[in-house]
Amino acid sequence: MAQADLTADITRRASEPQGPPPQLAKKTSWPRMVLLILGAVLFLFPFYYMFIASLQAEPDTSLAGAFPTGGFTLDNYRDINGRVNLGRSLANSGIFTGAVILCTVVFGLLAGYALARLHFRGRGSLFAAMLLVQVIPFQLLMIPLYVMVVRSYGLADSYLGMIAPFAINATAVFVFRQFFLQLPEDLFSAARIDGASELRILWSIALPLVRPAVLTAVLLTFIGPWNEFLWPFLITKDADLQPLAVSLANYIESVAGRAANPYGAILAGACVLAAPAVILFMVFQKHFTATDIGSGVKG
Amino acid sequence: MTTDTRPPDTEPGAETDASPGRRRFGLTTVLGRQPLGIVFAAPYAVFLAVIFAYPIGLAVWISFHDYFFTAPGVVVDRPFVGLDNYVEAVSDPAVRKSFLNVAVFLVINVPLTVVLSLVLAAALNGAIRARIFFRVSYFVPYISASVAVVAVWLFLFSNNGFVNQLLGPLAPDPSWLVNKTLAMPLIALFVTWKQLGLFILLYLAALQGVGKELYESASMDGAGKFGSFMNITVPGVRSATTLVVILSIITGANLFTEPYLLTNGGGPNGASSSPVLVMYQRGIEQGNPDIASAIGVLLMIGVLVIAFINKRILERD
Repeated sequence: MAQADLTADITRRASEPQGPPPQLAKKTSWPRMVLLILGAVLFLFPFYYMFIASLQAEPDTSLAGAFPTGGFTLDNYRDINGRVNLGRSLANSGIFTGAVILCTVVFGLLAGYALARLHFRGRGSLFAAMLLVQVIPFQLLMIPLYVMVVRSYGLADSYLGMIAPFAINATAVFVFRQFFLQLPEDLFSAARIDGASELRILWSIALPLVRPAVLTAVLLTFIGPWNEFLWPFLITKDADLQPLAVSLANYIESVAGRAANPYGAILAGACVLAAPAVILFMVFQKHFTATDIGSGVKG
Repeated sequence: MTTDTRPPDTEPGAETDASPGRRRFGLTTVLGRQPLGIVFAAPYAVFLAVIFAYPIGLAVWISFHDYFFTAPGVVVDRPFVGLDNYVEAVSDPAVRKSFLNVAVFLVINVPLTVVLSLVLAAALNGAIRARIFFRVSYFVPYISASVAVVAVWLFLFSNNGFVNQLLGPLAPDPSWLVNKTLAMPLIALFVTWKQLGLFILLYLAALQGVGKELYESASMDGAGKFGSFMNITVPGVRSATTLVVILSIITGANLFTEPYLLTNGGGPNGASSSPVLVMYQRGIEQGNPDIASAIGVLLMIGVLVIAFINKRILERD
């Protein structure tokens, strides 16, 4: 499967140092710099605008209004909090995301280790299935999963129903496997000759060596459930169980075109929803190299 | 000496076995040399079976039957109806419109994504001042929740929004999100903007594999910057381009949040609806999961066919 080769290839290359030698860092030609800055402005401006507008009492859409000098207020945050219960929604997002990360790390590490280091029947098929899963869009499984979770098992409006379809992130398993593959085989044979069990080898020898992989996997797993809208939207009708993405979307949907001036509150909610992922990414950006490549594959 | 080259009977732990010979070997052939791997991988294998394999089968099954929602535990008769659901799906103008919309989306999104992400990745490649700043800023939209960034695009492109203020008399009428010619292109633009960071990262990784000496010999032969970009960079990252195109097509086939929120349910009048949105409306809102499943199967086949053709074209030598 050529795509798998490429993904593996990119993952391997990304683990090599990419940073420029410092003495070269001064030779940037100006057309290239203009292009890069223009790109950065286009990517960042909506975020700047979102934040600025969330602090304004009255949305000012004029050109000068994008660069206000005063009149900042937190009223919009109070307003959105009164409408969607930010604390509860954030807690739901946290439970959803936290459970997915936990399952991914525990079961994903075991599976990644087995796929990289253990010879067992069905390993090839499991690996093929894992790659195949990455190109199957989750949205296409919407109807059968809805039938199973809501109609057959009665798990609508439950954390379990929300978490189950996301429980193990395939990209994270892939990242774990790649990192375990890079470890020298002698390490494992030596430990086995000393009589260490596989679980002990995984826990005491392999895991400490792949700590960066765990961090990368946690980060890329985080953005899946935290940002997910469609699935929790389908199965939660109870506002007390809705993650922030869903409650904010419902608020946008219900006020669109009716409220005189709803944008301030909506944008305040958007800032609260976007902030955790953006902050995590900025803090840990160097772990976010091409290793998380497949995260987009699931769409 | 590595595990891979060791004969199975020298397996660690085999020495403690009372009769390590033939029986051990037989078990090894059936389960593999480290059958514990089956235990380690089992939770993930079960997950794949329950969350992916079974639902795909179920979707196909539902699409060939007269299926409707029932309360948990209720057993009802669901007769086989052949291709009826497919006929009904295909003859529905809203469904046809949504597939046409995806075509419009792809025609705008795919070329824009490939060109912009490759150009920005090439500009970002190598020794650049403030490289980390650019990398982070390009990636921020990708990691942000669609719902959050849709909110600010709603604001930016609203009737009296910043973009129309900026355009002044050039502002479209009716405004972007309620304009039936501009709604779908705007969604394509939004998705391009949001996903570009991932594709820049993919190209950046691929560019590390393009040999520096190629550029050096090209410049000695008198090739300009544009010439070496077209003749070395573009062919050099061709396999990444295949992946970028396939991922863009999958993203396009999956549109839901954008038409649902940005254009208020695929408006105006279905001009920006997507197949997944129609699946949601027919399947969940109107209670026809059989027709919705038929749409889903058609979409899945469509994606696979386009991805296959694309792979053939881009990887042809």
